[in-house]
Amino acid sequence: MNIYIIIPVFNEENNIQTTLGDLKQYGYTIIVVDDGSKDKTVEIVESMNVKVLKHKVNRGQGAALQTGTTYAVQKGADIIVHFDGDGQFLAQEIKDLIEPIKFENLDITLGSRFLKENKGMPWLKKYIIHPVSRVINTIFTRIKLTDVHCGFRALSKQAAEKIYITQDGMSHGTEIISQIKKYGLKYREVPVTVIYKEFGQGIKGGFNILKELLLGKFV
Amino acid sequence: MLIQILLSIFILFAIIRLIVKFKKTDAKASGSLWLLFWIITVVAVWVPDFLTQVANLVGIGRGADLVLYVSVVVVFYLIFKIYVRLEKIERNITKVVRKDSLKED
Repeated sequence: MNIYIIIPVFNEENNIQTTLGDLKQYGYTIIVVDDGSKDKTVEIVESMNVKVLKHKVNRGQGAALQTGTTYAVQKGADIIVHFDGDGQFLAQEIKDLIEPIKFENLDITLGSRFLKENKGMPWLKKYIIHPVSRVINTIFTRIKLTDVHCGFRALSKQAAEKIYITQDGMSHGTEIISQIKKYGLKYREVPVTVIYKEFGQGIKGGFNILKELLLGKFV
Repeated sequence: MLIQILLSIFILFAIIRLIVKFKKTDAKASGSLWLLFWIITVVAVWVPDFLTQVANLVGIGRGADLVLYVSVVVVFYLIFKIYVRLEKIERNITKVVRKDSLKED
């Protein structure tokens, strides 16, 4: 079975080596999508003999994920995993996401930080940002989930062919979920570990996502 | 009086340009809207009470206020349209960048 791991990166020279080092032990096909990094990210990835797709200018995480996914489908991937380059996720948990697709015929699995005790999640995120985002997410997608915008997910080939990310920025998480609903894909949430290194999306980021989603309705 | 004459010359010029453009392109709908706009403007320039009467009809005191309110609404609408247009351009840029990155392979 061809399993492709898609890693969008932007100026990730400090973390990418460790992330790729961990991933390489598992024998998956790794595709890094460089989203116009200005640092040494591309050199590091290429020196590790990993395939890099290069965006000449920065287009956003959603755009990079779609580029990687399109490439993987073209190359005959059976399962496509979206993974972060900054070392937030654990390579050993990829199997938890792909097994339900492999053995139970599911279309897509979504990592959830809330089905597992995740230490170090900032309280502002845990008690304010995430609950509010969940409500907004449910309104936009009509699917109730325990987590929003966890970038760790796996798609079957069929799901990857149907889902098309048009939201270039951070709101692709919500967009993917609304497409799950639209195409009637079989999904499941899977508990994942997230290691908090940086705060990530704050309140301002949340508003940006909301703006992108609203605007997206009119394009 | 002078302002009325100056505005009329300007409007006349605008209408002539509109008609010239009208003949060249197929944008009949937007062209008609502009023509209507200029006709209302010329009436408002020569019959200032006209706008006040329209304003009173909708419950606004002065014609000038009506113009201001309508302008604000139109400006907001145009800003929104520009936002949507920008988003479309952004998405097109992404398509080009994606195509380019996949072609290198």
